[in-house]
Amino acid sequence: MFIQQISVFIENRHGSLTDFTQLLGENGVDLIALSIADTTNFGILRAIVSDNEKTLKVVRDKGYTANLTEVLAVAVPDVPGGLAGVLQLLRDNDISVEYLYSFVRRVGNDAIIIFRVDQPERAGNLLRDKGVRLLEQDEIA
Amino acid sequence: MYWNRPMETIDRESLERIQLERLQKTVHRMYTNVAFYRERMQKQGVKPEDIRTLADLRLLPFMDKRDLRDNYPDGTFAAPRSEIVRIHASSGTTGKPIVAGYTQNDIEMWAECVARCLGCAGVTKNDTVQVSYGYGLFTGGLGLHYGVEKIGATVVPTSAGNTKRQLMLMQDLGCDAVACTPSYALMMGETIRDQKMDLSNFKLRVGLFGAEPWTEGMRDEIEKLLGIKALDIYGLTESAGPGVAMECLEGREGLHMWEDYFIPEIIDPATGEPLPDGEMGELTITTIGKEGMPTIRFRTHDLTSIIPEPCKCGRTHRRIRRLHGRTDDMLIIRGVNVFPSQVESAITGIPGIAPRYLLIVDRVHNLDTLEVQVELLPELVSDEVRKIEALQDRVKRAIEQVLGLGVNLRLMPPNSIERSQGKTQHTIDKRKLL
Repeated sequence: MFIQQISVFIENRHGSLTDFTQLLGENGVDLIALSIADTTNFGILRAIVSDNEKTLKVVRDKGYTANLTEVLAVAVPDVPGGLAGVLQLLRDNDISVEYLYSFVRRVGNDAIIIFRVDQPERAGNLLRDKGVRLLEQDEIA
Repeated sequence: MYWNRPMETIDRESLERIQLERLQKTVHRMYTNVAFYRERMQKQGVKPEDIRTLADLRLLPFMDKRDLRDNYPDGTFAAPRSEIVRIHASSGTTGKPIVAGYTQNDIEMWAECVARCLGCAGVTKNDTVQVSYGYGLFTGGLGLHYGVEKIGATVVPTSAGNTKRQLMLMQDLGCDAVACTPSYALMMGETIRDQKMDLSNFKLRVGLFGAEPWTEGMRDEIEKLLGIKALDIYGLTESAGPGVAMECLEGREGLHMWEDYFIPEIIDPATGEPLPDGEMGELTITTIGKEGMPTIRFRTHDLTSIIPEPCKCGRTHRRIRRLHGRTDDMLIIRGVNVFPSQVESAITGIPGIAPRYLLIVDRVHNLDTLEVQVELLPELVSDEVRKIEALQDRVKRAIEQVLGLGVNLRLMPPNSIERSQGKTQHTIDKRKLL
């Protein structure tokens, strides 16, 4: 039901993002989805990658602090109002979204949106029961 | 211009007689009233009656900021609380400040010292003096204030801040002199320049600047921007406040220390051995006119030397050179004393923060800035920015509360603050001061 997201603490200075993405590139890690939350001093980079174990090892060896979080990869109909429908379901069930961001690619006719919510288990079961498609880890790499 | 000609030009022999008499009195007072110092004297095997000449001063044990902290808040007061009429405070080395208590006589003695300093700057009762040092626990504002009133000049107690209003009053009231930190003087000068105010509308002719280190370069800049003579004033909370020593207009080389109230010694900071006049070392001050909180051989950690030659102004009180740095890691930021250990005490105990930190001091547009870098623990790195930001705010507040100074807090990734082999470097001072 869940997929793994990798979160990395990145200092907010010139070139730090370049350094980080180059590191992934050199090690053959494919970035499937990416979002950055930033403040003036630091940023949290969240990514869905092709190989979690390898990515963790590579970035930790380089001195970055990284950890894994379980998130929902929700297949949302790629039509106007598609995302609103899913959010409505969550709201009606008192589930809060911490953050969300979208996949670069489409899967079939669906856009893929990554959700981080306050009650992951409930949210996952709810969406499934309502017929919303959730991607598994092996479907994304 | 002398405030107190007989005392300021007294012959050395008479001055030393006064010094010995007051030193003996002070040592008696400390021995009788301050338990920690009595114990220290006993441990060193010295009694008050062993002080027979001024040279015997070196028999006495040193005092340090640490002693004042260990006896916080008033364990080093040598007068009963009923005699204490005022309290000031400055930063200690950890969370607790250094508290100083003054008797009525101390306030009068201090005002006398400041009055002489004003005389050194050529200020008389016909002048108006703007005091732009902070008023409050900090000794700057009230210290200067009482001195200005003592000479009968007009005091304008603007305190620090609100620069445009300061300048309006300075111009409209025709202030002749100003007292503040040198960096604030620079800021006022720059504001005059940037606002295109006309210097000829100002009567200002002299400034007494202290409470932080400054260079000859800064002096030139201040003099140019404000169209005045800029003079250095020295003091510290532990020996009263500003007014312990002062440059004179005539000499402008070295600061006369009022030796009938303060005995300076220059020591080797490593061994504690007294150094001959002229040699650079750590300044210690023995207060011989104070009752509330005398300090004996107080280690200032300021580096300077004594200029024994007479000054062309005619004052016989010896001069210390402008400060050359410090023997410890104390920083002076916007006039506030800051010890790295204060930051350590503030962040210890906050979950998620490593006991590693780095202070980066800089001077941007002539105003000191302090960035504090602290390290996150790996387990605190979360995918939720909000949590990290909340932690950042908490750390920032904790540090600002201890320092009494606004800081720019920077949370750093785990293990990113450099580890050193030997003594850890906790500060980087980018200001070019000395």
